[in-house]
Amino acid sequence: MSTVTSSPASSVASRLRAVSPRLAIPAGSTIGPIVAFLLACAFFTTQSSQFLSGGNLALVIQQVMVVGTLAIGQTLIILTAGIDLSCGAIMAFGGIVMAKLAVDTGMPPLLAIAAGITVCASFGLINGLLVTRVSLPPFIVTLGMLNVAFALTHIYSDEQTISGLPSELTALGNTFPLGRTDVTYGSVLMLVLFAVFAYILGQTAWGKHVYAVGNAPEAARLTGIPVRRRLLAVYTIAGAVYGIAALLLIARTGVGDPKAGQTDNLDSITAVVLGGTSLFGGRGLVIGTLIGALLVGVIRNGLQLMGVPSIYQILITGILVILAVTVDQLSRKRSQR
Amino acid sequence: MNQKPAADEKQSATQEAGTNEETGLVQPVMKARGLVQRYGPVTALDGCDFDLLPGEVLAVIGDNGAGKSSLIKALTGAARPDEGQIWLDGKEVHFKSPLDARRQGIETVYQNLAVAPALDIASNLYLGREKRRKGVLGTVFRMLDKPAMKTASARHMAELNIGLQSMGGAVENLSGGQRQGVAVARAAAWASHVVIMDEPTAALGVKESAQVLELIGKVRERGLPVVLISHNMPHVFEIADRIHIQRLGRRAGVVKPSDHTMSDVVAIMTGAVQI
Amino acid sequence: MIRRGIAFAAIGALALTAAACGEGSKGSGSGGTPKVGLITKTETNPFFVKMREGAQKQAAADGLQLMTAAGKFDGDNESQVTAIENMVAAGVKGILITPSDTKAIIPAIAKARAKDVLVIALDTPTDPQDGTDALFATDNFKAGELIGQYAKAKSAGTTPKIAMLDLAPGVSVGILRHNGFLKGFGAANVDAKASKAVTAPQVVCAADTAGDQAKGQSAMETCLQKAPDLNIVYTINEPAALGAYTALKAKGLEKKVLIVSVDGGCTGVKGVKDGQIAATSQQYPLKMASLGVDAVAKFAKDGTKATGYTDTGVTLITDKSVPGVEAKDTAFGLQNCWG
Repeated sequence: MSTVTSSPASSVASRLRAVSPRLAIPAGSTIGPIVAFLLACAFFTTQSSQFLSGGNLALVIQQVMVVGTLAIGQTLIILTAGIDLSCGAIMAFGGIVMAKLAVDTGMPPLLAIAAGITVCASFGLINGLLVTRVSLPPFIVTLGMLNVAFALTHIYSDEQTISGLPSELTALGNTFPLGRTDVTYGSVLMLVLFAVFAYILGQTAWGKHVYAVGNAPEAARLTGIPVRRRLLAVYTIAGAVYGIAALLLIARTGVGDPKAGQTDNLDSITAVVLGGTSLFGGRGLVIGTLIGALLVGVIRNGLQLMGVPSIYQILITGILVILAVTVDQLSRKRSQR
Repeated sequence: MNQKPAADEKQSATQEAGTNEETGLVQPVMKARGLVQRYGPVTALDGCDFDLLPGEVLAVIGDNGAGKSSLIKALTGAARPDEGQIWLDGKEVHFKSPLDARRQGIETVYQNLAVAPALDIASNLYLGREKRRKGVLGTVFRMLDKPAMKTASARHMAELNIGLQSMGGAVENLSGGQRQGVAVARAAAWASHVVIMDEPTAALGVKESAQVLELIGKVRERGLPVVLISHNMPHVFEIADRIHIQRLGRRAGVVKPSDHTMSDVVAIMTGAVQI
Repeated sequence: MIRRGIAFAAIGALALTAAACGEGSKGSGSGGTPKVGLITKTETNPFFVKMREGAQKQAAADGLQLMTAAGKFDGDNESQVTAIENMVAAGVKGILITPSDTKAIIPAIAKARAKDVLVIALDTPTDPQDGTDALFATDNFKAGELIGQYAKAKSAGTTPKIAMLDLAPGVSVGILRHNGFLKGFGAANVDAKASKAVTAPQVVCAADTAGDQAKGQSAMETCLQKAPDLNIVYTINEPAALGAYTALKAKGLEKKVLIVSVDGGCTGVKGVKDGQIAATSQQYPLKMASLGVDAVAKFAKDGTKATGYTDTGVTLITDKSVPGVEAKDTAFGLQNCWG
């Protein structure tokens, strides 16, 4: 395992070793999540005649588009060995800002959207500044920000749900036909965002730096990576992504809802963890997060179609999270012997 | 040791330079004079001198508190000395940061914090200095040129005879010696002037230490001078061409391992003998 | 790289399979037993547990299959939207829902109704109320009014100093009960249409409890700091009332202060029987659910849609009744309680 030579015979041997049980699931791998996802799909297909249809799968994607998008930002932060408890609250505030500006002040909808995304990015920037300049642990910073954003949401909205939104704000909730299936624009936007961030993390220097900062911050600093600047950028970009999630949320529900997003911080962390990304940072793929989010969506949808009460969905998701974290821990220990 | 004649010449010349402020016939790659570094009431460097000649392995030894790390910090830009001057290839330099020093061709290998274990070898070799694709893919889409980085990494590793040819494997799957090999290869690949190694064998076992010492020799063969900070006297005597002995914030002397025994060196280090 | 390739391949394969199956299974709603969905605010609140029981029993009697879902917390609109979508995908005939967010749920309900699903609000009306086909609910304003009238009669001759332990900001049920109470007490001139909680000079303290016993207790403790001589406590529900009682008892004030509440859960009615709570307005979740399931069964059978508002009734439960305010005793209350 330690030395790999290039002769064809031994490279085959090393590949064989890679699939042997000992190395079956390397840390940060997406193989486990994909297998779980396909198993879940196969199971529900046998249990419900309505499960495996284009319409139903489009529905599942539509149902995970908000948490899935949040989880992109969450993935960035978790890859740097941080965590963000404030994502859902920041999103809720961004959504209220967009809705209120557009409805109450008559601001042009596109400008209101931009303002909402900017507000979310600013929250991310503040998180990042507190983490990098004051050296506070991300858990505490974002716990505080969770409460700040939650309170601001309720103060600014005056506890009122905002309805009667201009059509630009809800446009992403509309559908277009793809074959015989109706697909929402928001689902497509989420998938595009996943592709963009998979590219950034996998194919650019900036992405490599994010992994290095999360995996070995001291080594990253010593090799000349501006660690604090990268962290600051990660938190700010995550904030902007929450802003896009806010737009998707508004589009999905058709209203500005101050009570939205209260469990979305944990739901997004769930998606990231189920996707095989390590909570210890530096390992994982954003595509895994997509699989994780879809897995939760498929379980919820499939159990519902089977007529199983939703409390069991929470039970199963909980068990899967524990499994995923256990796999992460074991595979990390093995590789760090 | 098979040294080039030119280096031999330099050596005899600077033995003098060590004592009477002369640079001698051959210009040192790196030179420092009168470095002073104070941390509050503590004076870590007290008028310290330093000379590194082309193509040599210079060991820096000294007791704890002798000012070894302060000297290295000054030479690598990790700290700015309060007084004194540093020359690189005869030109005076003022390093603002480690990054600044690195840009001028000084690479440092740290004892165990140098690599990102979850990243592959090529990524580690190019960490912070990634290569982008040519054309629009690189300029607009900032796309990494992974194949080129892998090929170049494999070449660098091969030059140092490090037996790793798959550049895509995570560094954490390597042995301690191989990891240090990656760090040394990175330094050798990027250093245009000097490679500084801070206790590169401290965390390693006997066999792995031997591998690293061999690597240091290979780096020297490529014509790069190496500064080796080490506690390990046998290692120092095995690989070093000259030994810089640091004591009480100053250079107590520079000796050749061939001319002195280990106990001589220890005596100088502790102040029992003065040159 | 390879791993990512596998990921895309897997998703691609799944999408293709799905596309191949197409919408072929869409018509499955016609075969088998018709389905009815019940979506509650939360999974665990005894009120909704009772509602689910009622629905289950009635569905069995009417030959329907019941599907249930709930939000993760009170106010969780997103989960309810998701549940509606999934139930429509499963081909339900009708959905019974206690909306967590009365406004925010409207677009999702509209989409379901557009697919000819009968949607009935239980317990809590949507805003606007005609967002659903029908509403089967307690008149929460009246529930508040009843305990307001009771408290007024009971405290005749004293200077009323009222503490109001409310639900949470902006939740319509809380506002209705709150305003109803003040109206019944004669302290404020307000009607059931007011969208915001009003206040009155007699109110010396108001705090939110989220309908939670522990939070009710700390809210009461704070109110006693502010106004140690308060003598009437309005509570949003019985857990909050029992929390308030604990706080009062700790100060030895439990005999001097009158606690009134709303809900009629079994624990609450026992509290009335034991004298911890003076009176409570009892509501009937079981009845809401069984009426709702019946309505869906009727719609499945002959296509008749239920419409308008059906009051499922509210009864004042107390063992110390006062003239002029109609009430039943705790024996009746325990017979009809839930949870």
